Amino acid sequence: MSQGAARKAVEAVWRIEAGRLVAGLARITQDVGLAEEFAQDALVAALDQWPGSGVPPNPGGWLMTVAKNRAIDAHRRRVVHLRAAERLGRDADPTDGPEPDLEDALDDHIGDDLLRLVFTACHPSLPMDNRVALVLRCLGGLSTDEIARAFLIPEATAAQRIVRAKRKLAEQHVPFALPTPPEMAERLASVLEVVYLVFNEGYSATAGQDWTRPALCHEALRLGRVIAGLIPREPEVHGLLALMEIQASRLRARNGPDGAPVRLGDQDRRTWDHLLIRRGLESLARAEALDAPVGPYTLQAEIAACHARARTAADTDWERIVALYTVLGHIWPNPVVTLNHAAALGLAGRPADGLDKLDTLDEMSRGAGLSGYPQLAAVRGDLLARLGRSADAAAEFRRAAAATRNDGEKALFLARVRDLQP
Amino acid sequence: MRYIVLLTGHRPTDAPPELMKAIMELGAEASASGALLDTAGLAPATDAARVELREGHLSVMDGPFTEAKEVISYAIYDVRSKEEAVEWARRFMAVHQQHVPEWDAVSDVLRLMGPEDFGPPA
Repeated sequence: MSQGAARKAVEAVWRIEAGRLVAGLARITQDVGLAEEFAQDALVAALDQWPGSGVPPNPGGWLMTVAKNRAIDAHRRRVVHLRAAERLGRDADPTDGPEPDLEDALDDHIGDDLLRLVFTACHPSLPMDNRVALVLRCLGGLSTDEIARAFLIPEATAAQRIVRAKRKLAEQHVPFALPTPPEMAERLASVLEVVYLVFNEGYSATAGQDWTRPALCHEALRLGRVIAGLIPREPEVHGLLALMEIQASRLRARNGPDGAPVRLGDQDRRTWDHLLIRRGLESLARAEALDAPVGPYTLQAEIAACHARARTAADTDWERIVALYTVLGHIWPNPVVTLNHAAALGLAGRPADGLDKLDTLDEMSRGAGLSGYPQLAAVRGDLLARLGRSADAAAEFRRAAAATRNDGEKALFLARVRDLQP
Repeated sequence: MRYIVLLTGHRPTDAPPELMKAIMELGAEASASGALLDTAGLAPATDAARVELREGHLSVMDGPFTEAKEVISYAIYDVRSKEEAVEWARRFMAVHQQHVPEWDAVSDVLRLMGPEDFGPPA
């Protein structure tokens, strides 16, 4: 096997096994940072040996054995070191006990271990960007370089986020454990937030020339599917997955042949990915079948599903979407929901109500910095255009174009300005 | 990127229950890891038909067909690389190797065209 082919084969196995490997090792080490390092050692060993020996018949097992041996070596070294310290009359460490029964520890409950890993890597004590980097690294099997490229940051910055995250978990003695029931809601919210942030980073890149960076959407989808398998009884887990599957179904339709972004209403719906839509609707049904109140992700997925079910843009059930936004605004009041609610009112043929809605937003967000948000001007522009106030509308779209950092979006807003000019 | 894995071979007369169990377990693992999007078995060729265009003429033929090899199942994977799709196909075939080593079959790993084939330059 050639070097390049072997490397790719190793990476493919790594991608499949990284999460379970790190999770199983963290059960032994009780330290995600150490576990991740032992797993990396195994990856390095595979990259070194597989090009010569070929990929072993059970590559996941091979990686785990190598990583476990590293963990045992490290444990022995620590014990030797502690005994030496003891001889020198220093305090013995209470962990200086018999070697842990590693075989037993590893064979059971890999699902539980993965779940512990998910919650630990998304621990609220870590800054958000650290959580994101650690999750992509430990669960997604991404390299530091891949994380850096995905987020358009220098590799050193990505590496630093991971190092800091691991250090902080160790310093704060964050246990490799599931949240207690009282912690559960907050901890689950953090997990879902991390996943959705990764998705959105890919779906609407905040900077640069790419309207979407689909690779990040796929990473988030895969994480969402893993988590939905691990936490099947929480509606919002399925709600988030449904939302992402349905939104991702439109990735292909979001750009025209020239690369320019295409708005939802103008998209060629034949190019929507119907396999993802089907999966999204199934996840949504799963969320709603659970005997629990719906949350913001499920409601957003419901809205996305309204679009997915409409054969043409004109078939869209805007009244239902407006109703869903009304509920969403009650349980999860925030400026972006209000903004989308206003836009939906315009599309439901009630642009004046939409403008009223935007006025409540101005009161809500005074001082919250939304005034520079390009979508605010764009929605106002759209509502004004529907009311026939072309000059005011054009001014709003010009403001939106000046405010956005996304080149494709800028072109879209400027096109609206041209359309509005007499 | 997305790959479809098509399993082709002589349809086994009776698959041992352990094989079916192992296939289900692998499928559950691949789904849980987020890679397996869709999979199904295909009914025997006695239920199949073939619509053929040959020398400008259309003909419709009901199964079974003269060649005894059939497409037995498909699986669609969402993966980062061809190698990852190959690894899942390899695991799938290894399960057969373990339970029905005397059986000959082929899994073709084919990329489904996606946005990267039609979209704007990256």
